[in-house]
Amino acid sequence: MSTIIGISFGNTSSSIAVADNEGKVEVIANPDGDRSIPSVLSYIGEDEYHGQQARAQLIRNSDNTIINFRDFIGKQFEEVNGELTKDGSKVVKTEDGKCGFKVKIDDKEEILSIGEVTKRHLKQLKLAAEDYIGKVVEGCVITVPTDFNDAQRQELTNLSNEIGLKVHQLINEPSAALLSYLTNNEEEYLKDQIFAVADFGGVRTDGAIVSVRGGIMTILTTLHDHSLGGDSFDSSLMEFFAKDFEKKFKVDPRKNKRSLAKLKNEAITVKKTLSNVQTSSVSIESLAEGFDYQSSINRLRYELTIRSTLAKTTSFVEKLIEKAKLLPSEINKVLLVGGSSNTPKLSSELSSIFPPSTEIISPALDSKALLPNELVCRGAALQAALIESFDEDEVKESLQPIVVNTQHLVNSIGIKSSEGKFIPILVNETAYPIKKSIEVTNGSSESVSIEFYEGKKIVKETILEPVKQVYSDGEEFSDDSDEEEEPEIIKEAVEECGTLLGSLSLKDLKPDSKLEIIINITQDGKLHLSSRELKIGSVATKVELSFK
Amino acid sequence: MIVLPAGQAETSAKAQVTAPIRRPIEPVGRFFLSHATRTLRGHTWSEYEKIEAEKNVQQIETNEDEDLGDEEQSEDLLAHDPRDWKTADLYAVLGLSHLRWRATEDQIRRAHRKQVLKHHPDKKSASGGLDQDGFFKIIQKAFEVMLDSTKRLQFDSVDEGADVLPPTPKSKYDFFEAWAPVFESESRFSKKKPVPSLGTLESSKDEVDKFYSFWGKFDSWKTFEFKDEDVPDDTANRDHKRYIERKNVAARKKLKQEDNKRVIDLVERAYSEDPRIKMFKEAAKKEKEQKKWEREAGSRKAAEEAAAKKAAEEEAAKKAAEEAAASKVNSKKAKEAAKNAKKKQKRAIRGCGKDSDYFGDAGKSADIDADLDMIVDKLDDLQLASVAGKVADKSAAKAAIEEAVSELSGASKLDKSLLKYFN
Ligand SMILES: Nc1ncnc2c1ncn2[C@@H]1O[C@H](COP(=O)(O)OP(=O)(O)O)[C@@H](O)[C@H]1O
Ligand SMILES: [Mg+2]
Repeated sequence: MSTIIGISFGNTSSSIAVADNEGKVEVIANPDGDRSIPSVLSYIGEDEYHGQQARAQLIRNSDNTIINFRDFIGKQFEEVNGELTKDGSKVVKTEDGKCGFKVKIDDKEEILSIGEVTKRHLKQLKLAAEDYIGKVVEGCVITVPTDFNDAQRQELTNLSNEIGLKVHQLINEPSAALLSYLTNNEEEYLKDQIFAVADFGGVRTDGAIVSVRGGIMTILTTLHDHSLGGDSFDSSLMEFFAKDFEKKFKVDPRKNKRSLAKLKNEAITVKKTLSNVQTSSVSIESLAEGFDYQSSINRLRYELTIRSTLAKTTSFVEKLIEKAKLLPSEINKVLLVGGSSNTPKLSSELSSIFPPSTEIISPALDSKALLPNELVCRGAALQAALIESFDEDEVKESLQPIVVNTQHLVNSIGIKSSEGKFIPILVNETAYPIKKSIEVTNGSSESVSIEFYEGKKIVKETILEPVKQVYSDGEEFSDDSDEEEEPEIIKEAVEECGTLLGSLSLKDLKPDSKLEIIINITQDGKLHLSSRELKIGSVATKVELSFK
Repeated sequence: MIVLPAGQAETSAKAQVTAPIRRPIEPVGRFFLSHATRTLRGHTWSEYEKIEAEKNVQQIETNEDEDLGDEEQSEDLLAHDPRDWKTADLYAVLGLSHLRWRATEDQIRRAHRKQVLKHHPDKKSASGGLDQDGFFKIIQKAFEVMLDSTKRLQFDSVDEGADVLPPTPKSKYDFFEAWAPVFESESRFSKKKPVPSLGTLESSKDEVDKFYSFWGKFDSWKTFEFKDEDVPDDTANRDHKRYIERKNVAARKKLKQEDNKRVIDLVERAYSEDPRIKMFKEAAKKEKEQKKWEREAGSRKAAEEAAAKKAAEEEAAKKAAEEAAASKVNSKKAKEAAKNAKKKQKRAIRGCGKDSDYFGDAGKSADIDADLDMIVDKLDDLQLASVAGKVADKSAAKAAIEEAVSELSGASKLDKSLLKYFN
């Protein structure tokens, strides 16, 4: 087992994992038994609490409980959204203009800088990992969102190094998630595909369009929404309970911070329960003015309650694809990531914007899928195990711009078949140097022309008869069936032969000979096109091209 | 397969490819690491840097020749017993351990001269060392061996310092990167030249076959005289002399056999790991299946036609004979039965807490029921049947549920932390 661990460090929760050389990953439960560890610290007297135990303090001890701090790392106080901390210890400005948290430790008021808070959190994660592995953990790979800037990345690295947890590499969250999907589905790894990675977390939502070519990932676009996440689901549910409670007892439970904290706590429990079963009981002791709240809610009711947020999640993904200038049909797979992606309705709603050819990867639609909230830390652990066998300098060297910044093809390059179709060999967004070949045949012709083209994307439109939207449990929503009456236009992107780049021919062939066509792009941007008959002693014909 | 259009297009470049975009790739995963290694090993650096690097290399090479033999010998080697000189690393003795069998006669002479100057007993005793001619004797022996082509071949045969070891099994390595140097090193012993090289993933089947058949019949000139026990050269005890000689011949034969076996094992292991062999086997299998399919196409077609005809007749007969409604009812019944069975299994599992007095934990009955509810929804049909069967035995019910839970959470289908009782 590796002694470099993978850490996914979220605003809401963090996870740790470790992988062995064979790619088997273990997501580590902390001593409380949690694999999704709330990123929360709380202080009572001189004791520090962490994770779920700290989060539980939001009801009685919210002022000494630090939440949602991850995004504050390496930022000026003015740059951050303090609203995120309103349920706990409120973020304050420290002397150096950065963020800090005022807490009472051992009856003394103290300001813990964001750096200190982060270090304490990482220390707790390190301890949990060591407790599980039974060895000292000295290094890690940590994931960060794609919009973490250089200063934030540097700061996080320094903080982790300072507590003796050496950062071997920081990697982007969507890439980590994708790495763990591809490693778990080896047959997909070498296919040329475009992924939409959508990460629905607690207080933010992140999206990335990633092309995978020959196992190399390139992020084409990213999109972030810092106001959308699981907290929005919680709020809708809290409001639903509050209204119900008000009706029953004529008391408003929203007036008191402690009541709100209780509502939130129960909302989270109920929400998670409803991700797994159809109904959940609701029970809050002494919610307000001594009244207990008892009720139950079914999944359909819940899904109605969170409808407006669900609509936002769908349009977030639509915007992401638009931003990449792609059509939904050009997305091969949608990888759902983050705790909120456990919501079954979220995946079923999402699938409505994609054609059936696009696969949505989530446990709600495929019971074999990995848990979305574990994908990121699993990826980090896999990367950790991979780089463990390299020495530090090699890893550092491999992260140099000269290695990482790579030329990518704008258009696909391929050949024309006898039916006039464009057959891509290297698809667009392929990074080079690369070499790829395909096998073709001459059929009955004695000599064949091999014409190399650039692909040209065109959009085909098909008109579909209206279909009624049916909800997962078979019931139909009556109130908006009107808008579904219009015929739907399906847009599909296809590639045709564009610019003719060059040609070759092969002569004196026996019928149905096997032929190979090879495209090779060197580091310095030379394209070598060649073809040959697959038999001993055959001579290849070649053409060399260059880029504009 | 894709068919190419007929024609005789001229070989020509017609246009330039659209200018590429430079973008960062994500530095994760093993394919990135191979990309990084490829890039760092050469092709990336700008032309200028490349030329600089090449210049450097040349300089180093000429310099290297100048300080030929300047290599420092280890303490152990310097203290080596001269009577036991045969077990010393003779190339290291001459300061040639980086060249070994590649060293030319000229290099050997020059290196030897240097060693003589450095380790001459006169010089040593002048600088205070006493009785330091042991290593000098070894130097002279080494020189003698290296200049005698027969003896040198004998030493090269057993020069472990020059061996390239195969990759350790079970470790992670690129097949070609790990094995090519092994075969390259081994090939210097081949009687037949040239020796085919391992090739690349793109090598044709024929090339690969040639490679393995060559190595399968590998004929090496390696000899093991160097390991001989010294034959006493007194003529008095001829019996003893002959005895030692016979022992040596036998030992050489044994060593030779062992070495042949070692090569065979090596080749076998490489063959079993060779990704190309797997590819070819797959391809052959596919082709065979395709041929079989084509061969049987005729008879299959006839059979299919006959079957289709028969089926049509039967279908017609059936239609006439049976009431359509009746058959409908039947199929409905079967579905219903399956559904009922599933329902029953679910009910059994949901109720198993209650049925077995909540495993003696009646206080937690609500938690147990809630958990069972959640668990039931996660079980697939097969698991349903199996778990339902197990919980029928009340004393085994709890264990059966626990087993199901660990199976589900092991498969990441169930988040165990949501369970209240079975967590
Ligand atoms: N099973 C579940 N069903 C629905 N929501 C869940 C589930 N598990 C976790 N969540 C929600 O997911 C959010 C946390 O997601 P996570 O990916 O851990 O956040 P982040 O990465 O932003 O820290 C929280 O709002 C949490 O309530
Ligand atoms: Mg996250």
